[in-house]
Amino acid sequence: MAKELTRWTASEMAQAVAAGEVSALEITDAHLERISDVDTDLHAFLHVDADGARAAAQTVDQLRAKGQLPSPLAGVPLALKDVFATEGIPTTCGSKILQGWRPPYDATVTRRLKDAGVVILGKTNMDEFAMGSSTENSAYGPTRNPWDYDRIPGGSSGGSSAAVASYEAPLAIGTDTGGSIRQPAAVTGIVGVKPTYGGVSRFGLVAFSSSLDQGGPFARNVLDAALLHSVIAGKDPRDATSIDAPVPDVVAAAKGEMGDIKGLRVGVVTELQGDGYQPGVLARFEEIVELLKSLGAEIVTVSCPAFEYALPAYYLIAPSECSSNLARFDGMRYGLRAGDDGNNSVEEVMSLTRAEGFGDEVKRRIMLGTYALSAGYYDAFYGQAQKVRTLISRDFERAYREVDVLISPTTPTVAFPIGERVDDPVAMYKADLATLPSSLYGGPALSLPAGLGDADLPVGVQLMAPVQRDDLIYRVAASIETALLDKWGGPLLDQLPLDAAGSVAQGVSHGG
Amino acid sequence: MPSLSSGEVAHLASLSRLELTPDELARYGAQLDVILGAVARVAEVAADDVPPTTHAVPVVNVTRPDVVRPSLSVEAALSGAPATEGNRFRVPRILDEE
Repeated sequence: MAKELTRWTASEMAQAVAAGEVSALEITDAHLERISDVDTDLHAFLHVDADGARAAAQTVDQLRAKGQLPSPLAGVPLALKDVFATEGIPTTCGSKILQGWRPPYDATVTRRLKDAGVVILGKTNMDEFAMGSSTENSAYGPTRNPWDYDRIPGGSSGGSSAAVASYEAPLAIGTDTGGSIRQPAAVTGIVGVKPTYGGVSRFGLVAFSSSLDQGGPFARNVLDAALLHSVIAGKDPRDATSIDAPVPDVVAAAKGEMGDIKGLRVGVVTELQGDGYQPGVLARFEEIVELLKSLGAEIVTVSCPAFEYALPAYYLIAPSECSSNLARFDGMRYGLRAGDDGNNSVEEVMSLTRAEGFGDEVKRRIMLGTYALSAGYYDAFYGQAQKVRTLISRDFERAYREVDVLISPTTPTVAFPIGERVDDPVAMYKADLATLPSSLYGGPALSLPAGLGDADLPVGVQLMAPVQRDDLIYRVAASIETALLDKWGGPLLDQLPLDAAGSVAQGVSHGG
Repeated sequence: MPSLSSGEVAHLASLSRLELTPDELARYGAQLDVILGAVARVAEVAADDVPPTTHAVPVVNVTRPDVVRPSLSVEAALSGAPATEGNRFRVPRILDEE
């Protein structure tokens, strides 16, 4: 029997559409059906735009008939994180304060996807304003991990990772501020990439921490991620921080056209392993290092002492920027307004609106950032964190004089149980231990499946490269992926527990 | 290690424009103490002569010619407003009562 449509890779779907073997509408309908089958329990989507998706697919089919397919991903469905503005389509950022808001414009990422003929199925769940590592901070309830419905799918882009891992969509867009693409990819067994900061436009991406936020792709394989990366990346005049230089050729790198990894120098970071990392995570990581050696890479141990301070620096810088960015949610121009009874002043209405509209983690971070930026504390907290950021960048630059790429586990542990860390913010923050350094430095980083670890759950390995060398992480990832496919006889996701009907089971311990 | 008094937590909430209940103030205050304890470690790093990084990738100001470009219509700009009056956002009173 032919492989079910939703199991195809994005490239296979696009090629079949281009060849006229299957219509974009058939592909879209198959995914909409899949969503209606599994999403009630999985809860990856906050909004499914079935009509819009079908119309977009029909447009692609018409263009194909005229021989005018707009991109190598035309006709491929995608799940979009609900932090990107979509004209006329609800955009909540996982927050009550934006419930019902329909933006009057498209984010640049949204616009580029539409122009490329990518079919946007809907908007995915997330930690409120992208603050979190588990998607439990969504005002609309948690998303579940397809590998075990009692566990988190990572965060903050957990809806996007769950959608791709459960075959609701072959592609998704997330955002990564401190690890919010890489960590969800790791714990759901898929590929996720944080491009170089400035590689992808932030116009229309609702801001959390402007000097760190970066949109990027999720996919079930390296080439699909590269194809999506190349659709969304590139200079945007509407984002002054977007890089005005050619986008690294990530597609050629993912196809192996830029060479294999013989002789490539791979640095193992001493500070990103050991204490706090689960044995199963470290075991898979060491296997990948051995694999790289067997493929001809030269393994070098490097030390980056400032990385020890990435977590405290990040949890000062990001909340500081968030306290400033989220000041725009004042109940005046869009979103919720509370307490406007004719007596309360504008300041009272703002405070009541924000108290009602924001959840716990957002309130905590706004207060933390307000503290770190206040007179008397600024130098000791925010100022010092920015200096630590410089030291972290210097560690990267020193390392990249000796090696081409760096490697580490993506996360210290496999997916943890829903509820385990909600009352312990610092424990939650530790999920980002290994992803924070490259966020602060700004270089590209990628997570790809390394196998199963503790509790038979996915483990990810992280590749990092110098600023604007996104091609390098795809090149190394493609080599690892090819070798692992050979070893496993198929993608890691094939090991996702199946139910009797042959589709992905509704979670191993669902209802437990 | 910093430790926030209940007065300081209330002041922070007020600066943050968050109308919090006494329960929330107590809970967030305790959590902020723990978080501040964890992040205060940045002070251990000797960095007196290190310049701060404000942005990952060096950027300079970007300018464009000051010409009118198409923008949102009034209807579109007001479409998400909690309250409007005529072609404007309607807001609560901005002055305190005397």
